[in-house]
Amino acid sequence: MNAVQYLWLVPLLPLLGAVLLIVAGRNMSKPIIASIGAGSVGLSALTVIVIGVAFLSNPDVYEISVWQWIAVGNLTPSIELHLDALSLMFIFVITFVGFLIHLYSVEFMGEDSGYARFFACLNLFVCSMLLLVLAGNLVLLYLGWEGVGLCSYLLIGFWYEDPKNGYAARKAFIITRVGDTAMLIGLFLLFATFNSLDIETILSAAPSRWEQGSSIATVAALLLLGGAAGKSAQLPLQNWLPDAMAGPTPVSALIHAATMVTAGVYLIARMNVLFELSPVAMTTVGVVGAVTLLIAGFSAMTQTDLKRVLAYSTISQIGYMFLALGVGAWSAAIFHFFTHAFFKALLFLGAGAIIEALHHEHNIFRMGGLRKQLPIVFITFLAGAASLAALPLVTSGFYSKDMILWYAWAGEKGSGLLFIAGLVGALVTALYTTRLVIVTFFGYANTRVSKRPGWRMTMPLGVLAALSVVVGFLEVPHNFWHAQLISGFLGGVLPAAVIDSGIEAYEWALQLLAAVVTLGGIFIGYFVYMATPGLHELVKKKFPTLHQLMYDGWGFDALYTLLFVKPVTWLARASRGDVIDGIYTGIAWVAIAANRAIATTQNGVMRWYVLGIVVGALLIITLGILV
Amino acid sequence: MTLIAFIGILMAGGLLAWIIARWNETLSRWIALTVVLIDLMWSVAILVSRRPDFSGTDWLIRFDYPWIGRFGIGISVAADGLSLVLLILTFFLGAVSVVVSWREIRDRVGFFHFNLLWVLAGIAGVFVVIDLFLFYFFWEVMLIPMYFLIGTWGHENRRYAAVKFFIFTQASGLMMLLSILGLYFIHGINTGTYTFDYFELLTATVGTTAGRWLMLGFLAAFIVKLPVVPFHSWLPDAHSQAPTAGSVILAGLLLKTGAYGILRFVLPLFPDASRELASIAMTLGVAGILYGALLAYGQTDFKRLVAYTSVSHMGFVMLGIFSFNELAFQGVVMQLVAHGLSTGALFVIAGALYERIHTRDLSLMGGFWTGTPFIGFITLVFVMASLGLPGLANFIAEFLILNGAWQASHALTVAGAMGLILAMAYSLRIMRKIFFGPASDMASRMSDLTLREKVVLVPMTLLVIFLGLFPQHVFNASEKTVKDILGVVMRSQADAIQNANENP
Repeated sequence: MNAVQYLWLVPLLPLLGAVLLIVAGRNMSKPIIASIGAGSVGLSALTVIVIGVAFLSNPDVYEISVWQWIAVGNLTPSIELHLDALSLMFIFVITFVGFLIHLYSVEFMGEDSGYARFFACLNLFVCSMLLLVLAGNLVLLYLGWEGVGLCSYLLIGFWYEDPKNGYAARKAFIITRVGDTAMLIGLFLLFATFNSLDIETILSAAPSRWEQGSSIATVAALLLLGGAAGKSAQLPLQNWLPDAMAGPTPVSALIHAATMVTAGVYLIARMNVLFELSPVAMTTVGVVGAVTLLIAGFSAMTQTDLKRVLAYSTISQIGYMFLALGVGAWSAAIFHFFTHAFFKALLFLGAGAIIEALHHEHNIFRMGGLRKQLPIVFITFLAGAASLAALPLVTSGFYSKDMILWYAWAGEKGSGLLFIAGLVGALVTALYTTRLVIVTFFGYANTRVSKRPGWRMTMPLGVLAALSVVVGFLEVPHNFWHAQLISGFLGGVLPAAVIDSGIEAYEWALQLLAAVVTLGGIFIGYFVYMATPGLHELVKKKFPTLHQLMYDGWGFDALYTLLFVKPVTWLARASRGDVIDGIYTGIAWVAIAANRAIATTQNGVMRWYVLGIVVGALLIITLGILV
Repeated sequence: MTLIAFIGILMAGGLLAWIIARWNETLSRWIALTVVLIDLMWSVAILVSRRPDFSGTDWLIRFDYPWIGRFGIGISVAADGLSLVLLILTFFLGAVSVVVSWREIRDRVGFFHFNLLWVLAGIAGVFVVIDLFLFYFFWEVMLIPMYFLIGTWGHENRRYAAVKFFIFTQASGLMMLLSILGLYFIHGINTGTYTFDYFELLTATVGTTAGRWLMLGFLAAFIVKLPVVPFHSWLPDAHSQAPTAGSVILAGLLLKTGAYGILRFVLPLFPDASRELASIAMTLGVAGILYGALLAYGQTDFKRLVAYTSVSHMGFVMLGIFSFNELAFQGVVMQLVAHGLSTGALFVIAGALYERIHTRDLSLMGGFWTGTPFIGFITLVFVMASLGLPGLANFIAEFLILNGAWQASHALTVAGAMGLILAMAYSLRIMRKIFFGPASDMASRMSDLTLREKVVLVPMTLLVIFLGLFPQHVFNASEKTVKDILGVVMRSQADAIQNANENP
């Protein structure tokens, strides 16, 4: 064993940070809290880099068992860490982006009274997320899975005095729990079949136990998809994410953009063998991704809150990842996760800097003209936005999205409809990104900037901006250059995507099409929001219902309120007094009433007693004669 | 003799505390605490010394002494891993109860501690006695002091709650007495030996119909105690009206005697009848999970809310027991311990809040986190435990129960798992109503935990985390018991299949 044997340090360091801050955080000064909070994740990131170097020189699958967790019958999950190329990519993003966001938070949260609580939750989150992606068995994965959910709940509701934040926090936790419960049932199903919840065991046994296309494999895969859809905010469990923006902006960047919401992508990629066994499940994943990316993209076009634009954009981009998973382009999904983590974290951190600079102004139409006032934020934001819009050739988003589109079209499991959805999505993405940049940074300055971010906020922006451009070159299309580092790296873990034969020659045509669509989207955005002032207001007035529908996220909130929330709360309120207890109260009442009724006969009046005796005697005599 | 000593110490300590309180109430409290702590340390010492092997002998400790030979009544006590785990839980929560009453109980202190220790003695007795006559005796010993605890030191509606508790448990207990006597006579007529001895009665051959009726008698007492919907309605009243110590013992321990009774007596004595009843029992369990959770969500009284969560959590126990497999059984054992800790702690917290703001009404609370983050944090841990967050003991329990139940019935498992979503709703409601939101008028009256409260709550917190990460300590202890009970049921099933094959 080499440096990999210290893998347990990676989740342990943030955990220690969290414990320390929970136990003693209230008595610590802010610099100490900051150094524990950011330092623990920083050390963890360093460890990951050391381990990563060792791993690259000797790529393999490493299993590190820490202790036996449960051993009941056949159920014997350990606390065990599993490192392969896939989990290494995830832990790199989690610790590295995590560290940058922690650093940013040191300044961003500087004035907040809940400083220690914030870093404690954030550290705990990093630890849980690391456990999720390093888990060697599904029970430990579920521990991380629920752990990140808890931290997400605590951080969305971080400013707890405002009931709205609490509502958003509960909404996120409960809706994801719906998915988690499906996933939990999936675990029971898997355990009942394989007598184990060890991921390796299941993946290696599944193809021999279940036939290709068998319905039980479909059920298992769909149950896992339920969990993935909840965590990754995909249809039909996507509506919690926009509200989750109630949390502090670094939280949105780390949890609700870069890491936690991609847990679903990780889960499906990790369990790829199960999904490959079921064409139905694969198609479902692809369709869920395609539909989600479209509806969220359209919603993003209509939002006025800077963070909500980004939230819908995140849902939409994760939709792309699901689309990629659904067509079996496993590496493409992970590549897009990788690039998205950088550019979306960057966009959120930039948004945080803007909102902070403008006295917590969220409405983009009250911003404007920030290009000159916040130049560093502008340049870095532009890099992130270009990547999100997939500006051809120079941005990472272009390469990762192009890879997805290519497999959606050319892949064996791809289809024309999925491809078109992806293409329309690319147009929409370019459009809303352009809108966002123009409205926020150009035009008339509606609000004055009150303070500029310091180095601890701009440094992460710079690093992420550079990465948003550079990481794209790790994996460029085959017809460009021989640099397929990501898919090569993941090759041992994830199956390669199969493409239809003879189609490769057309790859350049597709790239051209994607580039044209993106540029078209940018142009439309420019035309509507910059070149012809007032046009977007006109469009909005022309289709008020549609606009409102998109603005409200297609009415899912209202639907779920009507279908689930109202009935349950009504039922809870109606049965508050416990209907069943009424039965016992009834019995008691009858007993008391009977007692009273009979007690009235004991009234001390002699003639009543004599009458009673006579009537009784007559009854007995009559009966005696009759019988 | 150890087991007799456990109970004897409690009973003697109770009398002593009662007498001493005439002169010195503080001394009375210290006596009670010392007595419980002696038992606690002693029982933990046994567990540690027996680790890791519990499979060596049938019973870890056993003591038999013929008492009333003419009727076959003996003083027979025995403890295996399961009893030992539950005994430790009893003494631990017993110590908690003494400490939380330190300031709360100022009236008739001596009599209070007498009742407290005698309830504990009754519970400890129930967990170790293996003579059915004596079992019934201890069943009653639990009941009467508890009646006084609720009726004397309870809240505003204590008389009603106490009487309701008494009638429910007494009526169902009498049915068990009938069954015990029925079993005694049937076995006596068949074999000529009239005895209440558990091991002897395990060999009794009872006709199918008679077996069903006898089992129902036992079951009646246990499912009222557990409680199973629709026999639960004494519980919300008793839990919410009892003083803090009473609520802790009720939720943490008394309910467990019901589960223990089913595992120890109903299944081994009547395996055939139990198997016949399994699907109904599991359905009732699931009904309890959902109904309890729904009602918990609707409550405005904090203690009543926690009481209904107990109904929901004990539904898991019912579901698990009648799933008849090792996973579910071990899950049940863990659920007994985990629920004892987490619900006990929530009642301690409710008591601490009541001491400060003199209300249990959730709608009057809010925004307490700012002023009292320590209570907030501890509550958060137990709220998370109650919604089954992995890493805490309750998750292990519910995961194993549902996983085991899946092998028995898919539909019921799915329905039961829906309870997890409802659990999320009612659990988060606790945090929202008490700690989050804008500061209420009550917030100014709040002060953070005192040292005495920390002494109780911090160990409970650590324990619920410890058992979530190292649950194997409990499973190792209970493994043999669980396998033995399961073995009886499985043999009965195998016999039934064989009979069916021979006489088609």
